[in-house]
Amino acid sequence: MSKLRRSMLFVPGANAAMLSNSFIYQPDALMFDLEDSVAITEKDTARLLVFHALQMPLYKDIEKVVRVNPIDSPYGKLDVEAVVRAGVDVVRLPKTDSAEDILEMERHILAVERKCGRPEGSTRMMAAIESAQGVINAPEIAKASPRLIGIALGAEDYVRNIRTERSPDGIELLFARCSILQAARAAGIAAFDTVYSNANNEEGFIHEAEHIKQLGFDGKSLINPRQIELLHNVFAPTRKEVGHARLILEAAENAASQGLGVVSLNGKMIDAPIIERARWVLQRAEASGIRQ
Amino acid sequence: MKITQQSHAGTLESGDVLIRIQPVDTQEIEIELESVVEKQFGTAIQRLIHDTLNKLNITGVRVIVEDKGALDCVIKARVQAALIRATGTQLLEQNWSEL
Repeated sequence: MSKLRRSMLFVPGANAAMLSNSFIYQPDALMFDLEDSVAITEKDTARLLVFHALQMPLYKDIEKVVRVNPIDSPYGKLDVEAVVRAGVDVVRLPKTDSAEDILEMERHILAVERKCGRPEGSTRMMAAIESAQGVINAPEIAKASPRLIGIALGAEDYVRNIRTERSPDGIELLFARCSILQAARAAGIAAFDTVYSNANNEEGFIHEAEHIKQLGFDGKSLINPRQIELLHNVFAPTRKEVGHARLILEAAENAASQGLGVVSLNGKMIDAPIIERARWVLQRAEASGIRQ
Repeated sequence: MKITQQSHAGTLESGDVLIRIQPVDTQEIEIELESVVEKQFGTAIQRLIHDTLNKLNITGVRVIVEDKGALDCVIKARVQAALIRATGTQLLEQNWSEL
């Protein structure tokens, strides 16, 4: 089973208290931010806080992502230097418009890996697509580097770029979401949805989480720890789905033990994709529990 | 390396620490500490700041510390940030492995 990445919790890189204790929450990944949540005057101190937080033993067993500043900004290269040296798992590249953006970041990561003695290729990458140009180029972006674990949609900049604003049903994001998802799946990597920025609107958050799960996304970036459990519950299979998956696997095992090539359950033919999906449902139940 | 200008880094929020760096005329390291956990961890905080300065070969400095319960990694990051602000990025470029 591939690594579960349903929830990726944003932690502002300049906030010392949050950097000190965000390991207590249980997201699938933590995303320390050096970009938009950090004031220009605090870029240097945030970089050092994240550098040390990444090395804290309490963060040893959790996947750590750092959103660095764009490489062509005055901060991007220093951010990469700090986080790669500190042993970050994944560097998240913001505002990715083309495959060349990925390749440029990769060159810098490789240079730092060589300088500090980290194994070449051990630092993974993910890209956030936040413009119409990025959405158009998503297939090339998704295939640009073997380091890429996934691509994400950054909706706030994207809606500004296409001259609209976010709505409750997210119709303005549908094309971008589908494009990013198709590009990620074609490249064999993960697809992540954007943040839901109103932490107090649980109903709206769940509605959006169900929507992106139905589209096929692996997970979502989160801005508040309260959203973690809600999201994991959306991604958990129902009791009925788990029961059905068990029946399918039992039927498949029985057929295999009798040497039958064709499996049927309650008069319906069960083929390989259905069996594969049943396994996936049970694995998901093991990780996420049963949907409440 | 000797400090030639004042600087500061950090905040007075809970879980953080405010570090102020000032040059002094001698080669000494002076630390003025005020901490919400001074009784329990005052000595350890002083030692941590000394170690951080020694690793970067910093002398002739007064460090004024207002600690609001910061973890070691935060204290270290704030001291280093204040030093970099006082000495310029040259310190950072030369001493990444010492941070």
